[in-house]
Amino acid sequence: MGVTIEQELGSVHGEEMVLNIGPQHPSTHGVLRLKVHTDGEIITKIIPYIGYLHRCFEKHCENLTYEQAIPFTDRCDYIGSMNNNFGYAVAVEQLMEIKVPEKVEFIRVIVAEMNRIASHLLAIGTFGLDVGAFTPFLYCFRDRERILDLFEMLCGARLLYNYIWIGGVSHDFPVGWVEKTYEFLDYFEPKINEYNDLLTYNKIFIERSADVGVIPVDVAISYGVTGPNLRGSGVRWDLRKDDPYGIYDRFEFDIPIGTGAMGSVGDCWDRYYVRVRELEECVKIIRQALDALPRDGDVHAALPKKIRPKAS
Amino acid sequence: MDLAGIIGIINAKFGEDFVSIDEEVSTDTVRLTPEQWGQLAPFLRETPELFFDAMMCITGIDEGVESENLAVVYNLHSMKHNHKLEIYVSTPKSVPKVPSVEQIWRIADWFEREVFDMYGIEFDGHRDLRRILLPSDWEGFPLRKDYEFPETWHGIVVDKMKEGWE
Repeated sequence: MGVTIEQELGSVHGEEMVLNIGPQHPSTHGVLRLKVHTDGEIITKIIPYIGYLHRCFEKHCENLTYEQAIPFTDRCDYIGSMNNNFGYAVAVEQLMEIKVPEKVEFIRVIVAEMNRIASHLLAIGTFGLDVGAFTPFLYCFRDRERILDLFEMLCGARLLYNYIWIGGVSHDFPVGWVEKTYEFLDYFEPKINEYNDLLTYNKIFIERSADVGVIPVDVAISYGVTGPNLRGSGVRWDLRKDDPYGIYDRFEFDIPIGTGAMGSVGDCWDRYYVRVRELEECVKIIRQALDALPRDGDVHAALPKKIRPKAS
Repeated sequence: MDLAGIIGIINAKFGEDFVSIDEEVSTDTVRLTPEQWGQLAPFLRETPELFFDAMMCITGIDEGVESENLAVVYNLHSMKHNHKLEIYVSTPKSVPKVPSVEQIWRIADWFEREVFDMYGIEFDGHRDLRRILLPSDWEGFPLRKDYEFPETWHGIVVDKMKEGWE
């Protein structure tokens, strides 16, 4: 590592300056205001104001039925809508003690993992974009587009699907969808190496992400970091393995974790690379699910007329 | 460790019947008073056999218009032992106050601010308890059952809900 700014400046301290980043700023990918206290080049304190994105979903849903809340779950994270639908539907089904048909379970896993690929592609693409690599972003979006096309064929929507419903899914796979998905997987798998060549092992990218933003394990857990970010800090924890929902316990897949290959464990590069490796795991899961997908069967469970959780 | 084992360890330290489960209400939720929660929280985090290092979620609840109580639900999880615990702390609507665990689990900082923002529950000992999602000059606590929608905001008239909408 080179000389840090602290070492260069020694004990020189200027006047503190307060800077506002956002609420509207090209790098915030959404509306977020950060009040940044700086001393020269060094940020001493950041106060985040996160309320600009608050859209009162809970308050809206007070006046809706349980089914009507599903489109709201789409919008919690609009690049992972399937997974949000999935979580909500499973929660209501558990409260109501509904068992969904076998075929639905497979469909859900397939679309959720497809959506995970799309979401990870967006994550790694825009991360490259933010540190100055424009080309990989276009490659990621080229492939993400194919998934969105498949979802459009499936339910008509490209981003906000409202696909996984309580007790089932909105439509069965259309004719030819399964074949097209196999085709996509065959096309997509070699592309992961392409991202590695373009971005993962790019010297400039490594310099800008390795040893940057290190989150140690205890800090990550205490601050409630979850998902690939937690795994980037070296914790082998995945809800799909450790407390499986749906039928995730039937599939073989690995949980990639950060190893500090380019710097220290839990740096930006690790968090990035965990996502790249998860792409491979998603492909594995989708292949297994497509192979075992029951051909016949209904995609809706028999539901009571009025959906309300059982009184305890 | 299963729930009975966890409760056994807690009761061995704090005395018999410190925590118990009311089977009729819920089979996996431990009900506590705010004082008990304040005593128990550091113990849950530090004891090696329990080691609840992750605060998964903190939820506010308004028990209903007829009820006198608000409540806070804590979902704890141990990454090391892979066991979990759900704790339900109720507090009266007149003076809603619960001890803060923000210095034990850092994520509780924002969770508690959100519960405060939506339900007005004071977290005793929180170092920075301000609204997190709503503007700082907002009046009332929107997720309480007796909340009334404001008619104007900074002089802007808020449209009434359309006729016939539920």
